[in-house]
Amino acid sequence: MTTIAVEQRILNANDQIAAENRAALDAAGTLAINVMASPGAGKTSLILATAARLPADVRPAVIEGDLASRIDADTMTAAGIDVVQINTGGSCHLDAPMVRTALPELLAGRPDLLFIENVGNLICTAEFALGSHLNVVVASSPEGHDKPYKYPGMFAAADAVVLNKADVMAVFDFDVDFFQRGLAMVNAHAPLFVVSCRTGDGLDAWVAWLLAQRAQS
Amino acid sequence: MHELPITQGILDTAVAAAQQADARRILAIDLVIGGLSGVVDDSVQFYFDILSQNTLAEGATLRFRRVPASAACLDCGFTFETTPPLSPACPACQSALVRVEGGREFFVESIEIDDDDSS
Repeated sequence: MTTIAVEQRILNANDQIAAENRAALDAAGTLAINVMASPGAGKTSLILATAARLPADVRPAVIEGDLASRIDADTMTAAGIDVVQINTGGSCHLDAPMVRTALPELLAGRPDLLFIENVGNLICTAEFALGSHLNVVVASSPEGHDKPYKYPGMFAAADAVVLNKADVMAVFDFDVDFFQRGLAMVNAHAPLFVVSCRTGDGLDAWVAWLLAQRAQS
Repeated sequence: MHELPITQGILDTAVAAAQQADARRILAIDLVIGGLSGVVDDSVQFYFDILSQNTLAEGATLRFRRVPASAACLDCGFTFETTPPLSPACPACQSALVRVEGGREFFVESIEIDDDDSS
């Protein structure tokens, strides 16, 4: 009997394909944003509201990751945004091989930004690298202000957090300071954008941050 | 549900390492899992018993080493281990200025193999 040191990440195979995805994105000059959230937090709304506020020379594209259906993809198409739908068939997250299947079609158009709308889930989506440049977590006021305390792994992995549905915050007794303290507890660098995709409040600051990330990449 | 691809990752990583070492059989797999990861040990073991059938790892024992996240209070300096849900305040001084680090480990540390080919 012998013990052999392995010291390898469990999702090593996924990570390798994620690195290939990243190389393909970089070659196309595309900044990819992995958008993660609970179901109903407003991932689709945020992508649409962001796309509507981009300068004319910044072109977005979208990968829609859902368990099933084309509902979100059809919404994107109706808004004139290039989209590829990935149905995970029950899997609770996108992974790098799934994203790889969508890249050739989308990157042919050399979009400036690629939003990857991950399956709605605050538990494991951050564990599976996709090759994206930025991880963005969308939270919303109806979910409650305790989410960073309950799902710290997800918030720790974020490069930015967007808190949506600010317009109805009072109805849900949402304590922004408590939420922000929880975020700061696990993540010292991610900025928090408090927005309402319905009213448009706060979105300009978020879009400005996103464009600044693109300029730096 | 994410335990299925995670378990496949564990199995693939372990079998590749065992093949490199010309092992006949994997007896045990040592895993390091951070306390902030959403992985359920029992669920991984359940999938592993199915996925490992007819592989070098069939019948292997999975040993989980859970690494808790560490927290430090910026006000009083108290440090403590923490797991979700995180406490919103320092247990020593009740300050909310707590910083949590680590807890996101996620790797196969080592495998124990049967490399005795004399039998």
